[in-house]
Amino acid sequence: MSLIQIHDLTRRYVMGTETVHALRGVSLSIERGEYIAIMGPSGSGKSTLMNLLGCLDSPSSGYYELNGVNVAHMDDNELAEIRNREIGFVFQSFNLLPRSDSLHNVELPLIYAGMPSEERREKAIQTLTHVGLAERMHHKPNELSGGQRQRVAVARALVNNPSIVLADEPTGNLDSRTGEEILGLFETLSRKGNTIIVVTHEEDVAQHARRIIRIRDGLIAADEVNPHPRAAMKFAQEQSALTLNG
Amino acid sequence: MTLLSEFKESVIIAWAALRANKLRAGLTTLGIVIGIVSVTLMGTAITGLNAAFKKSLAGISADTLFIQRFSWMTGETEWRLSRNRREITLQNARDVERLATLAAAVAVESQGNGTVSVGRKQARGVWVEGNDENSLLVRGLSLSSGRWLTESDVQSGRPVCVLGSYLAERFFPYGGAVGSKVKLNDMNLEVIGVMEKQGSFFTGFNLDNQIVLPITRFTRDFSRWPDFTIQVKVRDLSQMEDAKEELRGIMRKLRRVPPDKADDFAINQQDALINFFNAVGGSIAAVGLFISGLSLFVGGIGIMNIMFVSVAERTKEIGIRKAIGAKRRTILVQFLVEAATITLGAGILGLLIAWPLTLVVDKFLAASMPWWLVGVALVVSVLTGVVSGFLPAWRAARMNPVDALRAD
Ligand SMILES: Nc1ncnc2c1ncn2[C@@H]1O[C@H](COP(=O)(O)OP(=O)(O)OP(=O)(O)O)[C@@H](O)[C@H]1O
Ligand SMILES: [Mg+2]
Repeated sequence: MSLIQIHDLTRRYVMGTETVHALRGVSLSIERGEYIAIMGPSGSGKSTLMNLLGCLDSPSSGYYELNGVNVAHMDDNELAEIRNREIGFVFQSFNLLPRSDSLHNVELPLIYAGMPSEERREKAIQTLTHVGLAERMHHKPNELSGGQRQRVAVARALVNNPSIVLADEPTGNLDSRTGEEILGLFETLSRKGNTIIVVTHEEDVAQHARRIIRIRDGLIAADEVNPHPRAAMKFAQEQSALTLNG
Repeated sequence: MTLLSEFKESVIIAWAALRANKLRAGLTTLGIVIGIVSVTLMGTAITGLNAAFKKSLAGISADTLFIQRFSWMTGETEWRLSRNRREITLQNARDVERLATLAAAVAVESQGNGTVSVGRKQARGVWVEGNDENSLLVRGLSLSSGRWLTESDVQSGRPVCVLGSYLAERFFPYGGAVGSKVKLNDMNLEVIGVMEKQGSFFTGFNLDNQIVLPITRFTRDFSRWPDFTIQVKVRDLSQMEDAKEELRGIMRKLRRVPPDKADDFAINQQDALINFFNAVGGSIAAVGLFISGLSLFVGGIGIMNIMFVSVAERTKEIGIRKAIGAKRRTILVQFLVEAATITLGAGILGLLIAWPLTLVVDKFLAASMPWWLVGVALVVSVLTGVVSGFLPAWRAARMNPVDALRAD
């Protein structure tokens, strides 16, 4: 059974008299443990697709089965629960809570999952350590570099052991070196069996994935295996491998 | 479990949000603080008022019926209707005494105002009472020296009097009142007794500033056509209603009221007075609480406003929380807790300010802030927060996560 199965998914935005067809009928099947890049020009519907895959939004029509559950017609609260349990988000602009320190940011999904505080804290510390931020637990986002912020975001996405990590332009706000670091982190996670979907419009970034889906005008234009995934730069790999094993 | 940790999280967020906007939260709080201060003060004043009423009324004996021309509780229309009633006469009193079977004692009484003097010393506006030999018992008075009016004093209308303690002290500060002469207007009276101190009636009316003389002397030399009150002390409190009915029958017969006409007199009693006072006190309380509640309401609108601003400013945060699994309920609770935290803080501050002010109220009303009022004030402030925070919180809870995340 596939982790994700979508069939003829559409999303329309109605704005007054005008209707924008952001997705015109997308069918996909994603297996557990895949590392996928979704590519396409600006306005092609990448983020729209990602919002649907991440259960942040509901499709106008079509079928979506996540982990054996049909989620296309779930209500707000049910979707919130699915997001909490199954999905980890990484955003371009980090989207951390500015007034909370790293630890609290990472703990948040566990709070909403109702985990007891002792266990929750331990889990959050462990995950922060894995992304190499053991020393930055009590720093607020504005006391961290962009790369470090994105690592906190990755830790937050991972802390609930989600079925999928969804990243929308995760390197968009980072310089290339720090971007490589994050991609290295993804590679290591992927090797450990996590399912990762990265949305990007940069060919360089997409080349790290093992499967590349290209979108144009709300339709899948190409869906192909990447025969030679690019390894993240040596130093980044080493660093994240080190922290992840340590 | 989940709810509790969500709640704890909400409190933490609320504090962080408030700390981040200290000045704004402080200014918003002001409205609630003022509201709570005025509600608390009003509550304290009302409690004091009630206590004062009760204390004053305790002096009036509960087992006494008062037959009078007018009811103690007449509205304006009733007053116009009863204005032309015939006076209660001395003869009525004599006959009631003779006919009433359920009465332990019957006294007749009339009152007025006069000037009392001894030599050059003068007291104006003294409460003048015409009484008979039964009045001591019926009015529940006691003497500190001398004696009360006797039957023969009353029958022959002797020029004697009993002084209230205030008058006695004023004219005879070194004692020796009994046996001395005083002048009531132009009338010379001999003091035969002095009453024990009674204190002042709630309104500040001094019960001890009174002079009592035989009712017969009163009607002869002081007030020609007085209005009499027949005071009937009933044998047993449980017979009050029966006694009232009996007296009604007697009075109607005595005054020859035709069966199809209403009473041309009234039978008053203390609990009716208490009820009346309670009703008056109740409306004072209602008006007072309404007015101070109004300031709380204005404060609540301030909270609502600030919460709308807070929700708008934190749209992104709401989006983030929703993306990682916060449900509608979670967001709703978060903002309600925030609003309630502001108003609870304001409530506590209000109580701290109100406390010394109630000590000032105490000077006039002998009222201290009752402990339950503290509880009520805190509950009210939390409720204000919850009620006024609801609309903004609901707006936050219903936000679409995609739209919310796009905000900056
Ligand atoms: N909330 C919305 N209301 C109306 N139209 C929308 C909305 N969100 C997206 N669209 C439209 O849907 C289309 C797809 O948008 P989407 O955000 O998915 O593009 P994208 O591929 O992510 O682009 P980019 O690379 O610039 O992020 C665009 O034409 C966009 O204008
Ligand atoms: Mg996009």
